[in-house]
Amino acid sequence: MKISYYPGCTLKTKAKELDVTARLCAKALGVEMEEIENWQCCGAVYPMGTDEIATKLSAVRALDYAKHHGGKLLTLCSACHNVIKRTNEDMKSNEDMQFRANNYMKLDEPYKGETEVLHYLEMLKNVIGFDVIKKAVVKPLNRKIGAYYGCLLLRPSGVMAFDNPENPTIIEDFIRAIGGTPVTYPFRNECCGAYVSLKNSELPKQKSRKVLMSAKEKGAEEVITACPLCLYNLQANGDGILPVKYFTELLAEALGVEQ
Amino acid sequence: MTKQERVENMQRLSGTDVRKCMKCGKCSGRCPAFKEMDIKPHQFVSMLERGKIDELLACDAIWNCLSCMACVERCPRGVAPAAVVEAVRDTVVRMQGKNGITAEEIPPIVDEFIPQQLLVSAYRKYNK
Ligand code: SF4
Ligand code: SF4
Ligand code: SF4
Ligand code: SF4
Repeated sequence: MKISYYPGCTLKTKAKELDVTARLCAKALGVEMEEIENWQCCGAVYPMGTDEIATKLSAVRALDYAKHHGGKLLTLCSACHNVIKRTNEDMKSNEDMQFRANNYMKLDEPYKGETEVLHYLEMLKNVIGFDVIKKAVVKPLNRKIGAYYGCLLLRPSGVMAFDNPENPTIIEDFIRAIGGTPVTYPFRNECCGAYVSLKNSELPKQKSRKVLMSAKEKGAEEVITACPLCLYNLQANGDGILPVKYFTELLAEALGVEQ
Repeated sequence: MTKQERVENMQRLSGTDVRKCMKCGKCSGRCPAFKEMDIKPHQFVSMLERGKIDELLACDAIWNCLSCMACVERCPRGVAPAAVVEAVRDTVVRMQGKNGITAEEIPPIVDEFIPQQLLVSAYRKYNK
């Protein structure tokens, strides 16, 4: 099975291991991730201002491409997923955005939010199935692992529809599937401090430390994320309280996939 | 532009209905940047409703909001305080010489591990 894939700029540079391990694991599980052509950076943050159109067009282009290439668009970086999914919702339900974006793009057929945006974790759960993954595991990870959701996968939940925003379970289910023991801790859906470090470096420091302390107190031995910025914030500010990895690195380890 | 028009523009830019706020403070209670905000999330909503935009445009809180959407998630009235903060930040950043961060300020704070995502998002939020 093939699926159109939007990697995003960070996964081509600082977060290569997230991209590489995800592709190898998908392949091992029977899914070919086909990188879409000529994608551009999505901008990393969803512009909320109602007059923002041009800033969302790279997401719309990727979505329109996927519409003609299988109808689904797979994302992996939490930020890309957030921007693309929210932009898709605009294209589906906001007439003004739909009209103005299509006016700009001059497509043969207007884009109206037809593509289904799918995060890699949703693919694992709903397309491949955690039970199938469980059977494919050759090296169960007998470790206590804390899932770090952060914000971008979950909120705003009305649009993201990813999981219960206050009590998510998908990454814990993923951890079980690869043979680990999930550790639930209160700060797993708290923000790590996001982009504010360039403006006020103290804030991400406090926030990130709190996340890792909270995971450690509940017994986690490591923390996993799907977001390169979460990883950076937690590593740069966490004083090594706990190791932080991409969830796909653990999947590769469990599946015995060589990098 | 009259003051009233400026207020209405900002309300439109936010895309959220500030009149629906019932002033319960739940948004501020959930805000992870609360301590760092000189104007709190619930105050953004009520001040924009009352047209107190000069105070909003001069505040520091717009640089500390994380756009984490926790306030939006908690609001029982479907108001989006984060979008009000963004409307204020956009209005400030779009003014001549009011960027929250400039290109020159970035190289000295960049380390070798910084993901592109951080630079792109900070630039989007703080620069026009
Ligand atoms: S969200 Fe990040 S990784 Fe994704 S394209 Fe945008 S900046 Fe790049
Ligand atoms: S926790 Fe921080 S970096 Fe991670 S998703 Fe939220 S804002 Fe992004
Ligand atoms: S989006 Fe901003 S105002 Fe709202 S809870 Fe997060 S940091 Fe606070
Ligand atoms: S949570 Fe909603 S209703 Fe309550 S103060 Fe905040 S914006 Fe107003």
